[in-house]
Amino acid sequence: MSGLLGKKIGMTSIYDEQGRNVPCTVIEAGPCVVSQVRTKEADGYEAIQLAFEDKKEKHTSKAMKGHFDKAKTTPKRYLAEFSRFEEKKSFGDILTVEVFNEGEFVDVVGTSKGKGFQGVVKRYNFRGVNDATHGQHNRLRAPGSIGASSYPSRVFKGMRMAGRTGGDRVKITNLQVMKIIPEKNVVVVKGAVPGPNNSLVILERWS
Amino acid sequence: MGKNELLQLVDDSVNMQKLPKFKAGDNITVTYKIKEGNKERLQKFQGVVLQRVGSGPTETFTVRKLSGNVGVERIFPIASPFIEEIVVNKVGVVRRARIFYFRDLRGKKARIKEAKR
Repeated sequence: MSGLLGKKIGMTSIYDEQGRNVPCTVIEAGPCVVSQVRTKEADGYEAIQLAFEDKKEKHTSKAMKGHFDKAKTTPKRYLAEFSRFEEKKSFGDILTVEVFNEGEFVDVVGTSKGKGFQGVVKRYNFRGVNDATHGQHNRLRAPGSIGASSYPSRVFKGMRMAGRTGGDRVKITNLQVMKIIPEKNVVVVKGAVPGPNNSLVILERWS
Repeated sequence: MGKNELLQLVDDSVNMQKLPKFKAGDNITVTYKIKEGNKERLQKFQGVVLQRVGSGPTETFTVRKLSGNVGVERIFPIASPFIEEIVVNKVGVVRRARIFYFRDLRGKKARIKEAKR
């Protein structure tokens, strides 16, 4: 695989050769620095660690400063490890959007927008009670029964109920790369990407 | 670099045709290409503009006409390469940017005052 860290900029639409309107997400991806190389001998597994987006030195702890100094780079805000990286990248290498090509398909990982405490209708697409009449009152969006009675005398684990919704790690697979602007580190992918604008996204390409 | 600038950069890459100025209340004729199999032909749609929505390449406009006695509305993306030509027939005077009330008007009431040129 190959990958990059990036930032979701926002959505717009462009037109393809057939004149079709294609909804797209603009992502500012890279440049990412290889800040650590994990090896079988030293760490027990193979991976590389990528760092993305500068941050101020005064917001960096001394320990992290040392980590970035080793890679001869400025302090970065985001770090992520990628296992099974395609190319053998060495310590301190810089990756840009040129790792991707126009037309190929990538996976995008992001953190979905937080929705707060939500009921089962929004959270799990329950139907609720579809009747406002026939004796129903104030239970239009209720979950209904959560199980039988004396046997099993308990509610099964994992029963879908109301609760915190959104803010989860979500991976959207097979988004086509529509456009790449290397000078500005911009990748434009077809379709939507999880999370609000300016949030961190991870782009992955599996071959 | 401001974040919107990157979005703007992608927006600018979309080819925008030079179209005449028009707004809600205007009567326009949209000539657009239609693909039938391999053949391309032109079709006209004449009616009143109900609204323009959005900005940049995502902007769209709605045109309403009466076909017989049935109202027909079409939404065109303003950046669509299928739009051949837009002709402004009448410049209307309306007080709103989105004249949805126009849908409920029939006959003599469904007239829009024309601007003096």
